[in-house]
Amino acid sequence: MAADVRVPIESDADIVTARQQGRALAATVGFGNSELTLIATAISEVARNIVEHAGRGEVILSPTEANNSQGIVVVARDQGPGIPNIEQALRDGYSTRGSLGLGLPGARRLMDEFEIASKVGKGTTVTMKKWIHRNLTEFPLRPRR
Amino acid sequence: MKGKGNAIAVREPPAAPATELTRELVAHFRGKKDFLRQQWVEQMTAKSFLAGLTPKETETESITIYDTCVGCLERGEYRAAQSYATSMAERGVLRGMTTEQIIGGLLTLRDVYGRSLFHRYHREMARLSAALDIYEPVANKILSIVALAFIEEREKVVREEREKVVRQQQEAIRELSTPVLQVREHLLVLPIIGTLDSHRARLLTEQLLRSIRANRAKVVIMDITGVPNVDSKVANHLVQTVDACRLLGATVIVTGVAPEIAQTLTTIGVDLGRILTVCDLQGGIEEADRLLGYRVIVTESAGSPSPPAPALER
Amino acid sequence: MQVPILKQGSYLIASVQAALTDADLLDLRDRLAVQVGVYRSRGVVVDVTVLDVMDSFATRMLRSIAQILRLRGAETVIVGMQPDVAFAMVQLGLRLEGVSTALDLEEGLELLRRREKGGSNHGR
Ligand SMILES: Nc1ncnc2c1ncn2[C@@H]1O[C@H](COP(=O)(O)OP(=O)(O)OP(=O)(O)O)[C@@H](O)[C@H]1O
Ligand SMILES: [Mg+2]
Repeated sequence: MAADVRVPIESDADIVTARQQGRALAATVGFGNSELTLIATAISEVARNIVEHAGRGEVILSPTEANNSQGIVVVARDQGPGIPNIEQALRDGYSTRGSLGLGLPGARRLMDEFEIASKVGKGTTVTMKKWIHRNLTEFPLRPRR
Repeated sequence: MKGKGNAIAVREPPAAPATELTRELVAHFRGKKDFLRQQWVEQMTAKSFLAGLTPKETETESITIYDTCVGCLERGEYRAAQSYATSMAERGVLRGMTTEQIIGGLLTLRDVYGRSLFHRYHREMARLSAALDIYEPVANKILSIVALAFIEEREKVVREEREKVVRQQQEAIRELSTPVLQVREHLLVLPIIGTLDSHRARLLTEQLLRSIRANRAKVVIMDITGVPNVDSKVANHLVQTVDACRLLGATVIVTGVAPEIAQTLTTIGVDLGRILTVCDLQGGIEEADRLLGYRVIVTESAGSPSPPAPALER
Repeated sequence: MQVPILKQGSYLIASVQAALTDADLLDLRDRLAVQVGVYRSRGVVVDVTVLDVMDSFATRMLRSIAQILRLRGAETVIVGMQPDVAFAMVQLGLRLEGVSTALDLEEGLELLRRREKGGSNHGR
């Protein structure tokens, strides 16, 4: 299994690095092309939130495995101002910067699992996962292990 | 399956440190290695267990198996046999070897070892019996390890084969259920039939987007006459598909919105304002032609009894 | 990497060559705004064929480019969007409202020509 990748996020150029690294790692895990694009786009959003709302932080990318399927975990972490109301931040169109407010809710739609842990004044950690062939695991003919 | 080799109960070999007799047996098998191994290979050849192996492969495989078995006897533990069995099973199955070849080969080796013990000890019955007490459980254990490894490998191959078939079938069903038809240059028609869940909507959109690029389509007609229930979720999928097509430069016309569906959509407040809808497929094609810059002209061929056929002209 | 801007007749073509940072996009917007005036261009094609990600910032930038250029008298057409990218964009919830799109450079230029002649509104 490929090793974890850590990308420090400090400027807009790091956003590009993070999503390119994420795409590369996801490709080695075995994702198809259209999923690679979804993953890279979601990474771009959470990495940009670090630059825009927290100033600096990091994105950690790692392969994962559960119930016989392979996947990727993306952790975007910062020690910025934190998010006071996570539910609100996850709403389409909510932005404290007059932006589109689609980054967080959009990234959630692109991935299979999405979690935010945030403390005001302490920082924010977004953890997202995507799995390969999620629909196949629900298929009855698949042998149970 | 975990804990390979535990499923078949076999007499456990003595766990105690190697006795003097064990050491003697090990020395015996090592000393007679070339002779016994040769005998084993000859017998296997006679039973055609070696079909498909080159002489070189036979040589290296038989040496490894021989040494592994003696090593198990010497150390009283089976990790080496276990890992070798697994790799052998993988290679054997992949190369189409039969159960008979693999198990039969090992039974032959067991007999070769056994016979050589008879030869050596047949004058001292008590010692022969003690030697067999040490040797037999080890031979059985190795056999069960190999048999299990082989069966597991078989199951794995069958399972993978089955999963592959299932995947192919799913793929085929997907293709069939969402045909993208090219009606004429730059125009695609996508008749959607059946329920539209998010998984299918996604496949359909991906397929449609690729077709737009491949066929250089400028207009797409999405006919939803065959979609039984259009709720807000389905409507949102449709809106997304339309938006995605537009990003590639194609205009989408939705046709076949039944009266009840139109009513539901307005009641649940789905915003279809951005979507160009036309009553039925025929109307949709006419609208598409208009967008593409075609003109429908009616040819009045004199004396023709049949209704005039519309012809297209750019 | 700076996006090269080429002049072709009364149109400008901005042809993206590699992944774009936010700064690259801002730079593209500013240069297009100037050059449309310099060349009195009536239309601009932005070719995004090589882009493998279009996130919220890039989308916002393209929309703002189109709005600014319209105020400067030029139409903007985005061409070459990859199917996977389009799919990810709509999943994210992004749309290019008020921006024209076309399949590729050729179609994009064709669209601009037709617009100028006041022809079919197709592609909007
Ligand atoms: N890492 C973060 N640290 C602090 N606040 C954050 C962080 N990420 C998001 N937020 C808050 O959550 C809000 C919603 O984030 P989201 O990414 O959805 O929208 P946005 O960044 O404002 O706009 P867009 O991403 O569409 O350009 C932000 O406006 C911001 O207030
Ligand atoms: Mg954001």
